[in-house]
This record gives sequence, structure tokens and C-alpha cells, in this order.
Amino acid sequence: MQIIESSKQYDVIIVGSGAGGGMATKVLSEAGLKIAVVEAGPFFDPANPEQQTQLKWPYQSPRRGAGTQRDFGDFDMAYGGWEIDGEPYTRKDGTQFDWFRSHMLGGRTNHWGRISLRFGPKDFKHKDVDGLGDNWPIGYEDVAPYYDKVDKLIGVFGTKENFDNEPNGYFLPPPKPRLHELFYIKGAKKSGVPVIPSRMSMLTKRINNERGVCFYCGQCSRSCSVYADFSAGSCLIFPAQKNGGQIDLYVNSMVREVLTNDEGKATGVSFVNKEDRKEYSLNAKVVVLAASACSSARILLNSKSAQHPNGLGNSSDVVGRYLHDSTGSSRSAFIPDLMNRKPSYNEDGVGGMHVYTPWWLDNKNLDFPRGYHIEVWGGMGMPSYGFGFDPNALNRFFGLPVGGYGDSLRNDVKKYYGSVVGMSGRGESIAMRDNYCEIDPTVVDQWGIPVLRFHYKWTDYERKQAKHMHETFEEIIHNMGGKLLGDAPGADQDYGLLAPGRIIHEVGTTRMGDDPKQSVVNRYQQLHDAKNVFVVDAGPFVSQADKNPTWTILALSWRTSEYIIDQLKQQNI
Amino acid sequence: MDRRESLKSLLAGTAGAGLLLTGCNPELSEETQQAIAKGTSNYGRTPKEAAHDDALNAQQFFNEHEMSSLSVLTALILPNNGTHKSAAEVGVPEFIEFMAKEVTSFQLTLRGGLAWLDHASNTHFGVAFKDAPEANQHELLEPISYPDLDLPSRQRPLEVQFFSLVRNLTCTGYFTSEEGIKDLGYKGNQPNVWDGVPQEVLDQHRVAYDSEWIARCVDQSQRNITAEWDDDKNLIT
Repeated sequence: MQIIESSKQYDVIIVGSGAGGGMATKVLSEAGLKIAVVEAGPFFDPANPEQQTQLKWPYQSPRRGAGTQRDFGDFDMAYGGWEIDGEPYTRKDGTQFDWFRSHMLGGRTNHWGRISLRFGPKDFKHKDVDGLGDNWPIGYEDVAPYYDKVDKLIGVFGTKENFDNEPNGYFLPPPKPRLHELFYIKGAKKSGVPVIPSRMSMLTKRINNERGVCFYCGQCSRSCSVYADFSAGSCLIFPAQKNGGQIDLYVNSMVREVLTNDEGKATGVSFVNKEDRKEYSLNAKVVVLAASACSSARILLNSKSAQHPNGLGNSSDVVGRYLHDSTGSSRSAFIPDLMNRKPSYNEDGVGGMHVYTPWWLDNKNLDFPRGYHIEVWGGMGMPSYGFGFDPNALNRFFGLPVGGYGDSLRNDVKKYYGSVVGMSGRGESIAMRDNYCEIDPTVVDQWGIPVLRFHYKWTDYERKQAKHMHETFEEIIHNMGGKLLGDAPGADQDYGLLAPGRIIHEVGTTRMGDDPKQSVVNRYQQLHDAKNVFVVDAGPFVSQADKNPTWTILALSWRTSEYIIDQLKQQNI
Repeated sequence: MDRRESLKSLLAGTAGAGLLLTGCNPELSEETQQAIAKGTSNYGRTPKEAAHDDALNAQQFFNEHEMSSLSVLTALILPNNGTHKSAAEVGVPEFIEFMAKEVTSFQLTLRGGLAWLDHASNTHFGVAFKDAPEANQHELLEPISYPDLDLPSRQRPLEVQFFSLVRNLTCTGYFTSEEGIKDLGYKGNQPNVWDGVPQEVLDQHRVAYDSEWIARCVDQSQRNITAEWDDDKNLIT
């Protein structure tokens, strides 16, 4: 089958429309460049009533929101999941990595937790602190101006705390804590664990006239129809279009490879149109990959040519390596003092927590490197599939019978409604050369594109960190007068450490560095091996920090976009 | 500003955003505003997901007898109490029918369990479970409704596993129905302005807000004033 070549000439092709791709689209189009955005999934606008799930009731779904079709439930706004029909990936040597993909305009920014944390000075130079992993070639001071701009453009609530390694930002005011969060604050303080207002990208206050202000439905995972939370489509790509940007959106278009010429420079990309299954090519002066850390690595590895026999950008053999995800482990508890609540008010709040604990300890006194932050959850949420299961299981804490049936179950459910809280630790793992994704030569997806094969092992660094998380959770729960649910996971279960990939913070596959033998991109996220190809997702992260990656993806993508504009002006690329 | 007024200004803010949306998506904004005001009948399916729902809805797993038995059983688990309808009256049997097709691993437990109930009822009372007098139905259900918690759930007798599954589906089906949500008292899933836990609730649970903390939280009367900061990152509006 012939590849159908478009006669259009673009300045920049951007592959992927999530945080990195959305920011590049905005900054580059506003500089007057002609942009093609190539997205593997369909068009999506949270304001489109055909696609909208916000403010739906559980009974509007025949499965009452169960997670049988979408991994996080019917109303979650991610088209995709851990497994996608016809688009497999494989694993190697009995190791596990679970890969979450969301194919739609805006990608995973439509459903993410909106926890918007800056990396701190130590996070860019952590090798200097503990000798592990590598330093970034850039420091906080290089990124800070872009964090500032992201804060103002997109909006993030929080408070100036002057907290070590948790830089202040241009914050909107945070929402007041919920009831169970007051219990958490009290319990944590008793153990000297600090708690501060969350830092999340919902508009608790107006930032411009294009986006609405949060109306506290707690459903940011459904993507906000008045654009009061950050999603890349509603906050970056649509405004860029409205500002007159020359942007062509190619949706349902799965990129196979970056095309290169005899000099090894990129000339464009080829992609499969999922609707007609035909293969197309687009031409551009610059290619920006923003397909997600692993998808961008896959595209590079599949872009083999005489000039790039090991895959584009892979002369170092580093593409796909140093893959790392956040550590994650959780515990929940029953809090008797939160029984018999009066559901007389609406406590949906913003989607997710109003308070959290940033990393607070010095690793010198600990048996593991790097930290974790604690997210807290609970409250009188909207019932969904699973609500009311084992309706009186908590009776066992009072020596009362568990089971039975009849009208009394109604009272049991109401008595315990809102009395369970949970804590999740999200920490930093050490990037390892031997944790990687590569091309599996034995499998292609339904578009004929070779798929990824993962190899990933946790080390004792992460296991000991998870053990510490549980010790902290248990202490705080004890302080809250709570009863732990379930047994503490032991060494045989890696202390409850979730499989890598489960926290969906995978980074590091095209890491940044000054040495082309040890890294894939330079400090401007430009391939060492092809200067008109850039990577603006989380692939270039040298280390992951105990922070969620999105705010740093946005800041770095903005910084790289300005560099691209400058380099095009200077005719260097 | 009191709650009612903040709600007004909130809704003004929402409408403002809607008007602006008109600019870029004229064909959507009116509908969107209506959808926000009152959920539309669909629930945001992709074409593939909608086709899956249609395919399941075109099939019938339980026969008529089994459906009637589920009605009787779910109404015993959560009966009409005079104030609120029974689980059977708010669509729980239909929900269980859907879930049996959606999660095929439920099928054997549910169908086998219903057959077990009928066999037990026929043996003891000479009549199918659904037609047995209520006292006899209780005689059959009581012993299987209190699981031995020391046994892992999969090692419990089939009839106990069956009853636990039906009870779970009944409770979740009921409390996710319009009636059940009203019964529970859940007040959310609608535009509002969160301004903290009411004082009487704080008092009931013997906690208090820290005044320094609250002073830094959002002043909801200023929510529609565009944010501005000084160079030291202090919000000044």
C-alpha cells in the first residue's frame, strides 16, 4: 500500500496533544508558525454534551459507573486504559510494567488528578545529595520563569509556605479543608508530619474571561465543561485556535515513525489514519514528539533509517532506558469519630484532596533514598458501583454481627457513610538503566506498528520507602483514633508497592543530558542526533522527584517551544 | 456574602463562560448549558461503548422465572419501609440482569444460587422460593446471610457466596438509584460554592478550623474577580 503524501508544508508537526503537546501547540502557533497536531485518538471537548460525563448520575449508566469499560469507571474521561484492544504491549523476563494510555485530544490531562507541583532545586540535582542516579543538566533557576508563566496562564491553587524544596508559586487561594481532612491534619501534626493546602490546577478564582470558575462538583476526573480545571484541549489548544493560530488537527491518527532525509534530519512523520486504515505522511521543518514518554520512545525506536540504524536519536542506546514511575502504596482506615455523619451539606469540593503532606524528612536518618508525599482521601462522595458492598462489615469493630439483610442495612450504610479515610504515598524511585522499554520484534499492533516490550524491577530503595509509608500511615491513623482496614502488606508483597506504571507518572525514556553518549536530548529537549526533532513529554526527565510530572512537562515544553522559535529565526534548524 | 448569594454569583460566572463558549462552539454552548443545568439522557459514550451497551441490552440472560425470583429476593434484602421504595421497585433486578451480562463471572454464581434457593424451597416447603410464604423465605435466607468471616470468601459455601453477591449488587444498585441517593441524603453533584464544613457539623465531630489556615483560603465573594499578583507572588485581588 502506498503512503499518501500531503502537499501541505508545516513549520512544526506535534505528535500528541496532552500537556506537552498542548503547550507546544499554544506557544508555537502564537508565534505565527503553521502547526499540524497529530493525535492518536478522537477529537474531544468536555463541553460537548455527546462526550460529557460531568454531573451525570450513577443511574444514567446501566452499570452504575462500574470500571468494566473504563478502568477508573464509566464517567472517567480517559479513552483507553491499561489495556487497549488491538494495541498490545508485552513484558520481559517475568517483570511487570503496566502502561496506561489515553487516546483523545488532550490525552491524560482530561482525567488526571490536577496535583500541580513544581520540582524543587534538589529535585534537579539529587545526585549531589545522595550520589544516586544523575543530575539534570539544568537547574531550578532555568525552569522557574516557566513555572511562573504556567501558574499564571493555567492557574493553580496553593499557599506560599517557604517549605524546603517545595517552591512557592503564583497561587490562587485554596479551598477550605473537608471534615475528614481536619481529622488528618490533627492526626498528622501529632506525629510531626506537616500538612499544607493542596496545590492543584482548578480555578478557585477567575484567571481570565475564557474559562469558568470552579463550581465544586468534585469531578475533575470527568474533565470540566466550563474549563475550570486544566485539560490541554480546553486550556491550551482551543484558546490557541481561537487566537487565530494556524493549527490543523489530525485526529484518530497513529504515528508510526519520524521520516528523515539523507542527512539524517527529520522531514516529517508518517501515520495511520484509524478510520480508513491508510498510511499518510506529513512534512515539516520541525518535529516535536509529545506522545507520552513511552509512546515517543516507541516512535523513535521504530524510526530506523540508514542514517539512524538503531532508531532515531538512539546512537547512545539510551532511548527507552531509565524508565521510571512514582512509587505508590495506600492504606485505608475506619474512623469511629466520623460515624453517624449528617449528610446535610455538599462536600464534593474540588476533585481530590484539599490538603496534603509534602516530603518532610531528611534521608540521612533513613534507610532509603528520596521521599514521598501523602495524598489523603475520604468523605461523603457520590455513590457509584461498589458503594454499599459489605454494608455492615465495619460492625466487626463493635462485636456486632456482620451480614443479614432487611431494612436495617439502610441504617448500617448511613451510619458508616463518610467514616472511611485513606492515605496514598507517592514517592520518587531511582532511575535505572536496566528498567526500560524496547521494541518487541515478535508483535505488531492492529496498525502494523511494532509494539513496546517492558522490563522493569523495583529495588530495595523503593521497597523500603513503601515500608516507611505504611509505618507513617499507621501512626497517623492511630492518632486519628482510627482502625486500620486490612493487614499491613509485608515483605512478601513488597510492602504494598504497586506495580510500576500504576501511578501513571512514567518518565525518563529519552533523558536529557549534555553528553550525547549518555542521553537522548540536550538541555533544550532537542535530539543530539537530529537537531530538528524535540521531545516535550516526560521522556526527557532525568529523575522524577516525589512530585507529579505535569507542571514540569508544561514548563519545559514552553521553554523548548521558545527555543524552537529562536532557532528557526536564526535558521539553525 | 451568604450561601445563596454566592450561588447566584457562581451561576453568573458559569453563564459567562457559556457565553464565551458560544464564540468558539456556537452549535454546542446552549446544549452544554442545559446539560449542566440538567443531565442529558446519554452518559458520554464513545461509539464503541454505546454499541457494547446496545449489544448487552439486546440480550436477556435471566429467564422470566429468574427475574421474578430476583425481584422477590432484592425486595427482601432492601424492603419498602413506608418512606422509601424497595430495591425491586427502583430497578435493581434489571441492574443485576445487566451486570450478569457485563461481568460473565457472576453468571454461574447468580443462576446456580437462584436454582439452589428453589431446590431448597421445594425440598422444605414444596414450592418455588418466590412463591413461598415470607416466613419460609426468611428461614432459607437467614442461615446463608451471615458469612463465616474467618473463611476466605471463595472458600465459603456457594449459597453463602451467592447471597453475599446479591446483597452487594442490591445495596449498590439501590444506593446508586435516584431513590437510594435521596434515602442516603447525598447533597452533591450540582453546582455550588464550597465554603467549608458547617459549624454544627464541626461541633458534632469536635473539631475546629484553624483561623490562620482559613484566613489563607478562598474568599468566595471574590471568586469572580480576576486574579492578580505582586512580584513577590502575593495575590492582590
